[in-house]
Amino acid sequence: MELNGAQILVKALEEQGVDTIFGYPGGAVLEIFDALRESSIRQILVRHEQGGAHAASGYARALGKVGVCVATSGPGATNLVTGIATAYMDSVPLVFITGQVAKAMVGTDAFQEVDITGITSPITKNNYLVQNVQDLPKIIAEAFYIAKSGRPGPVLIDIPRDVSMAKCQYNPYRNVDIRSYKPTLKGHPTMIKKAVKILGEASSPVICIGGGVINSGCSAEVQEVVELTGAKVVSTLMGLGAYPGNSQTFQGMLGTYGNKAANLAVQSCDCFLALGMRFDDRVVGNPEKFAPEAQIIHIDIDPAEIGKNIPVDVPIVGDLKNVLQDIIKLLKKDHKVRKTINFPNRNIQINEGLNAPWVLRNLQRVAPSNTIVTTDVGQHQMWTAQHYIFNQPRTFISSGGLGTMGYGIPAALGAQLAMPESTVVAITGDGSFQMGMPELGTIAELELPIKIVIFNNNTLGMVRQLQHYYCGQRYSFVDFKKTLDFMMLAKAYGAEGLRIEKEADVTDVFKETFANRKFTIVECPINSRDLVNPIVLAGNGLEEMV
Amino acid sequence: MKHTLAVLVENHPGVLSRVSGLFSRRGYNISSLVVSETEDSSVSRMTIVVDGDEKIIEQVTKQLNKLIDVIKVSDVTHDETVDRQLLLVKVNADNSAKGEIAQLMDIFRARIIDIGKKSLIVEATGSEEKIDAIIKSLQPFGILEIVKTGTISMVRGAK
Amino acid sequence: MLGSELLLKCLEEKQVKLVFGIPGGVVIPLYDVLKKSNIKHILTRHEQGAAHAADGYARSTGKVGVCFATSGPGATNLLTGLATAYMDSSPVVAITGQVAKAFLGKDSFQEADTVGLSQPVTKHNYLVRDANEIPDIVAEAFYIATHGRPGPVLIDIPKDVFTQEVSEIREPKIRKHIITKLEKPVLNEIQLGKALELLKHSKRPLILAGGGVTQAEGSYEFLRQVAMNNEIPVAVTLMGKGVFPADNPLFLGMVGMHGTTEANWAIQNCDCLLAIGIRFDDRVTGKLEEFASKAKKIHVDIDAAEIGKNCAVDVPICADSYDFLKMLSQKLRGIKINKDWLKQIELNKSIQKVSHSHLDPQEVMATINSLVDEKTIVVTDVGQHQMWAALFVHPHYPRGFITSGGLGTMGFGLPAAIGVQMANPEKKVVLITGDGSLQMNIQELALIKQWNLPIKIFLINNGYLGMVRQWQELFFNENYAETSLEAGPDWEKLAQAYGIKGKTLRTPYECKESLNTAISSREPWLMDIKVDPGANVFPMVPAGCSLDQIWGSWKNEAHVSSLG
Repeated sequence: MELNGAQILVKALEEQGVDTIFGYPGGAVLEIFDALRESSIRQILVRHEQGGAHAASGYARALGKVGVCVATSGPGATNLVTGIATAYMDSVPLVFITGQVAKAMVGTDAFQEVDITGITSPITKNNYLVQNVQDLPKIIAEAFYIAKSGRPGPVLIDIPRDVSMAKCQYNPYRNVDIRSYKPTLKGHPTMIKKAVKILGEASSPVICIGGGVINSGCSAEVQEVVELTGAKVVSTLMGLGAYPGNSQTFQGMLGTYGNKAANLAVQSCDCFLALGMRFDDRVVGNPEKFAPEAQIIHIDIDPAEIGKNIPVDVPIVGDLKNVLQDIIKLLKKDHKVRKTINFPNRNIQINEGLNAPWVLRNLQRVAPSNTIVTTDVGQHQMWTAQHYIFNQPRTFISSGGLGTMGYGIPAALGAQLAMPESTVVAITGDGSFQMGMPELGTIAELELPIKIVIFNNNTLGMVRQLQHYYCGQRYSFVDFKKTLDFMMLAKAYGAEGLRIEKEADVTDVFKETFANRKFTIVECPINSRDLVNPIVLAGNGLEEMV
Repeated sequence: MKHTLAVLVENHPGVLSRVSGLFSRRGYNISSLVVSETEDSSVSRMTIVVDGDEKIIEQVTKQLNKLIDVIKVSDVTHDETVDRQLLLVKVNADNSAKGEIAQLMDIFRARIIDIGKKSLIVEATGSEEKIDAIIKSLQPFGILEIVKTGTISMVRGAK
Repeated sequence: MLGSELLLKCLEEKQVKLVFGIPGGVVIPLYDVLKKSNIKHILTRHEQGAAHAADGYARSTGKVGVCFATSGPGATNLLTGLATAYMDSSPVVAITGQVAKAFLGKDSFQEADTVGLSQPVTKHNYLVRDANEIPDIVAEAFYIATHGRPGPVLIDIPKDVFTQEVSEIREPKIRKHIITKLEKPVLNEIQLGKALELLKHSKRPLILAGGGVTQAEGSYEFLRQVAMNNEIPVAVTLMGKGVFPADNPLFLGMVGMHGTTEANWAIQNCDCLLAIGIRFDDRVTGKLEEFASKAKKIHVDIDAAEIGKNCAVDVPICADSYDFLKMLSQKLRGIKINKDWLKQIELNKSIQKVSHSHLDPQEVMATINSLVDEKTIVVTDVGQHQMWAALFVHPHYPRGFITSGGLGTMGFGLPAAIGVQMANPEKKVVLITGDGSLQMNIQELALIKQWNLPIKIFLINNGYLGMVRQWQELFFNENYAETSLEAGPDWEKLAQAYGIKGKTLRTPYECKESLNTAISSREPWLMDIKVDPGANVFPMVPAGCSLDQIWGSWKNEAHVSSLG
């Protein structure tokens, strides 16, 4: 049967198991939206393409599937850029489809023309400008394969309008084989043996879990390695939830804003097993002072990450699940199972009162156990990472690498659509909230029971905190005058608005928040002088916390 | 038709990506591109061979001129120029063939620069036509590997 | 002196008074010294808002608009704004922070390849590796942004360059080849002579003026003289709105896809088309092969690459519109145009038909137009309301109508209006927007109250992404996929949340009264104007058709024959 390019695209998306797309229509994608209407794929009309990209990311991260977002040419495409870059830094499998002006007009600065493949080449795993309608099935199959295999990441397909309109026979394309792209899945046996030897002989090993553990789905294997080695576990921001946060062996997040116990464990360990992480500057502090006593084993599916920021003793390229299974086999064979070590309880002191850590504790107490938390970027993000306990993978969704304010609300939208039964809470600040605001309209329209918790200090708190430490407490251009009435805003969007006025309200407000399945905005005022503590200042080792 | 553009550009990082980005963005076809420093180390020279009609070449030239880092664009296609490519080619050669190849290469003033047990490497410089002819002449022996540069050009005379 | 201080000093020397931006990790050293400078900083709520505001500032004044952003998401959030400025040739300088040099290329926290990302959407960009280069780079950036065809320039500065100590401050130097490249081209006498010759012999001449005329300061008067002394009718592109007085009988309005019937008719029937400062965009020409096919064409543009890019012309002239129009006003006198030419154009004027069941958008526009005076700057967003505004709301001067033309960026309007009002405190700023567009950068409403900006927001609300809906109605059998915004926010309450007065208008009477009240007050207003959800923008030339294939619900009888 002859189909047009748009219909072929939709067929191919169905073939890939896509059930939901986020998008915003426009001139260059009219055919695509027209074809989508005939399909079973659910379409979510967002209010800004940036929100669409983030929502697709929230969807992908909550579900472990490829997220899809469609936008028109020109501003539609450029509006995606921040979302694409965010997904790229956090290795989220996404496929973006953008419309482009007709082929004959490409390069003429036509209406709503922009070189989106040129723009996005630094922030996508791969991108395509489709020249020929016959190529579409192959390109789409490749795009999905590239997005989700190896180290996942975003892929963009730019489709000129005449390609969407051109007709041809649809032949499904199933056997993807790209000669220039073959991810290594099995670890090298010699390296694995070396790793096992170090792990087996270490007296104070630390295992650090990164986002790769979630992408590879190997939480069970990690637990087994922990049991076999008696290691302490620390996590990067991206790894939170991949290992039960309520376990005795878990020491919390490491890094600049890490938990004290975690940072101390890293600095004193004799073996550091890094799983699917990339030794980001926010994770290691001063690279020269990082884990000075430790032999470092680094397992990652992306060979380019190994040795990029930190020299390692044992590099292993491969899929974590495979490699860990091999390690477990050898550990069991060659080494005695250790006694479980009882680590001292990592108790974090929190002062009672209207401060974010204490409010977050209370939020956690009241929130249902199936809660998925998304955050925005700033102080509230670090407080959440430090004090909210995540026990399941894919229950914490946050922009780590790019640190994109405005991520939390659209990501919550995507996560809620992915997991309709779950409770989704977006924890945000007043600055980030305003960047993600357009999607309030989408949440309201779809009547999603998302709970947004705003820590309002009327300032860009994290920047203010950096000015506190690095600029001799000179605060410049961070204060928002009180220009926004959040409760009235909630009304404008038909949401429940709840405000925490005093300490005693906290439990009741959160009980009310979770009592129903309504879209709710909770505002919690906090002091603008509150700081995220502890913090490792620039140039210091992780043990030098203030 | 193929045009040869001599482009003088600022010699700093990112210039090549600006030029290649321009070509891909506007859908122009590069046949070959060679970049190197010039006698002035702050200036690089790109020799770009582009395929296209007069209208396209005019646009290419104008658009290149708009790039801030481009100092000068000249279309030297119709000028009196010396054009050269450099070729390295690895050919199957048992002992009997080696002599034959050596003789053949003499005609082209190409040199054999490495001899292995069953193969040898030929080096040649010349115009595109000459290089093509050399490759053709070696094909019967079995070519194992080819590396060649794009064309570099220099205008004859005092200019 | 620190790199950051040096940067601010250079900006002050460039007469920068106002910047828009948001601080973040790597620009903290810059913000730390910003308070000590004379530059006023406007904290927007999203970097996209900062870019559009700087763009609005630039378009309304002709001066460089400046925005600041941090690395990573801060920089990527600017991209749509830069692309918008690039397509419409607006002089914007964006300064972004970057991670320290030692962290470059390591996928560090909030690192993005800003220079690589912004290459296709800037006129030029820089990564500063040494603070000593700052004076040169700032001088070049401002020169490039404003000279030749204006456009955005981005300067990416690593954190450690901000904190680098500079002992000796260089005199800023602009490289010679850049000066040569962007100098005003000399008006070629021979080409000018050819143009004069063509115009003198034409019987049915037409001037089509675009954004290049808006940009060429002072050309308004000369264009008026050329047209009036010779009775040549004038049509404009979207970017050229305001370059010719709308109340002059020679003014035909906008051409193109949503052009007036008379302007499009004149294009298709003129024998000599003088196109000044336009780029023959597809939205302007329709089917290119049939565009002004009876006419000899003269094309004047400052950008040599635009000449002959889309449309082959008879007399190409690479020149500044000001120089050209000035010469033309002196040399072009008393051409004998065909008497019937203006009459025929008159006969093709469209007739407005107004529906009475709902509030008709055209009627709303007519009301707004009656309130526009010489102190008013109209800003629009993108969509149906933009085209209605372009057809029916007429500014009195160049730079009086500010809109995203080339990129068509929804969400441009509100932040641009903020930039315009900041740059022109004494002017009345009217934002005409739609419910889809306004939601895209809704967060910037916060600035209106914070800075007491008396902007009037006229929201043309039809509960749809109207332009897309119109295309779906006309070309996709009314298959309205993903365009309904009916569950939009309650705009009155939303305005209230920001301390802005809001009102919902449903009848022509309410509309007239309330818009009048709003315009005459010194306060901001948000008017939620509920218009007919089924209203379409007519006339319309479907994409790919020639300009005489006009669809319209209202047209002159004499014109029906050419509708095919």
